[in-house]
Amino acid sequence: MNPIYASRRRNDIIIRGLCMGAALFGVTWLALILFTLFYNGLSGISLAVFTQDTPPPGSTEGGLRNAIIGSIIMTVIGVGIGAPLGLFAGTYLAEYGKHDKLTSVIRFINDILLSAPSIIIGLFIYGAIVVPMGGFSAFAGCLALAVIVIPVVVRTTEDMLGLVPNPLREAASALGLPRSLVIRRIAYRAARSGLITGVLLATARIAGETAPLLFTALSNQFFSLNLTKTMANLPVTINNFVQSPYAYWKELAWSGALLITLTVLALNIGARILGAERTSK
Amino acid sequence: MTDLSVSVSNAGGPVPQVALPEAAPKVTARGLNFYYGEHHALKNINLTLGTHRVTAFIGPSGCGKSTLLRIFNRMYDLYPGQRATGQLLLDQTNILDPKLDLNLLRARVGMVFQKPTPFPMTIYENIAFGIRLYEKISKSEMDDRVEKALRGGALWNEVKDKLNASGLSLSGGQQQRLCIARTVAVRPEVILFDEPCSALDPISTAKIEELIQELSEDYTIAIVTHNMQQAARVSDKTAFMYLGELIEFDDTSKIFTSPRDRRTQDYITGRFG
Repeated sequence: MNPIYASRRRNDIIIRGLCMGAALFGVTWLALILFTLFYNGLSGISLAVFTQDTPPPGSTEGGLRNAIIGSIIMTVIGVGIGAPLGLFAGTYLAEYGKHDKLTSVIRFINDILLSAPSIIIGLFIYGAIVVPMGGFSAFAGCLALAVIVIPVVVRTTEDMLGLVPNPLREAASALGLPRSLVIRRIAYRAARSGLITGVLLATARIAGETAPLLFTALSNQFFSLNLTKTMANLPVTINNFVQSPYAYWKELAWSGALLITLTVLALNIGARILGAERTSK
Repeated sequence: MTDLSVSVSNAGGPVPQVALPEAAPKVTARGLNFYYGEHHALKNINLTLGTHRVTAFIGPSGCGKSTLLRIFNRMYDLYPGQRATGQLLLDQTNILDPKLDLNLLRARVGMVFQKPTPFPMTIYENIAFGIRLYEKISKSEMDDRVEKALRGGALWNEVKDKLNASGLSLSGGQQQRLCIARTVAVRPEVILFDEPCSALDPISTAKIEELIQELSEDYTIAIVTHNMQQAARVSDKTAFMYLGELIEFDDTSKIFTSPRDRRTQDYITGRFG
């Protein structure tokens, strides 16, 4: 065999082996995490988890109802505030401000925000909202989550609109469409599944956030729908229960962790399906 | 010799190469210049597009023919740093007037692009969308207009049973005819074709060419093409451009049989470009 070709084959085998090893290494941990979650969490999942509120210390009855409802409320409001802002800002970057100098500055700042540790965002809201308002509140939690949602949605919106071919915009303008309609009726529609994917991914991102809620919504042992008071939520409840000395609390924490993981998994799969729809069109 | 050519045409041969009567000017350019930033892309262009005539623009890549076309509907306005000077009239309207409402201009001057650009919606909506921008009409009137437009685009028979299918589900040639139908639907006065067949197969190309000839009965047409046979087949007048200048502008028959300029002759005989 030609020696150059032989060495190339050798290199190919080595590199391929390294790549597969690295992939396997990553996937192994993911599989272990999932396995542990199912192993410890599945047994604790019962109707009571969804119908009863978090138990007082020592009790061996109770569920996570208040935490689940609280998480849903804060996630929905967080996305409700953050997603539209992110969509508008992303639209500016991709459509109106495409040739502006300001755009690259905004994009840079957004990238920093995107990779900011969420505990910093929690501290920021603590200083900006919780302290002046004189107490922890679910509303502050929603805002903290919204601040995490914004950069994710800005990024995906800009990227997805960037994938819309320019001739399509020109064709719409050539029909006499004003700019705003070109964006709303043509560009948004062409990028629709990508935009929804971005919002879903942002939802998945905040569904399990603990740190920003620790400083804002805190937690609540009881069921509450009052946005101006503390509110129970899954991540902080898990955090508290795991550190407790009670076996039943620990079991509930596992169940809660499994619930969050399954939700995030479902959101990601949904985003994947939508993404596949886009590319196959 | 004269007798001979007449007898040939009477025998059903090629169309006699008789100069067309001058048409009333629809678009008039006088001393038109265009700049991409510092780059002087079009130099002192003077020409008229005759009403209900087909004018072809030919020339090697980068000669400015597409650039010229994109001035007629101010498409260049979408991008910063591009500007035109001189005079360009659509009837009596000054196209270059900075205060001109571009959306209304573009409703009068439609454009069909190189690549088919159906909107991401149904075939019906692709047509109705443009109409709704400027007219409020009933559902039955709209059905009527959509059918007329699709007939005008020579597409009706192929899509009449699947008007609710996505415009993206059509073949490339059908998509391009959908785009033509969409343009026709808003009843423009001028239609600009920017290399409309360069992404299409020969059969689709033939259909589009036939369609362009039919459309010239109702519309003033300008077409940019890389294909000289196409220019010869569809146009009444041909403009040859080179390095941003209009070298020669005359009846198509004259350009292709007895060009006055050396460069025109070199180009149409395939010596460059």
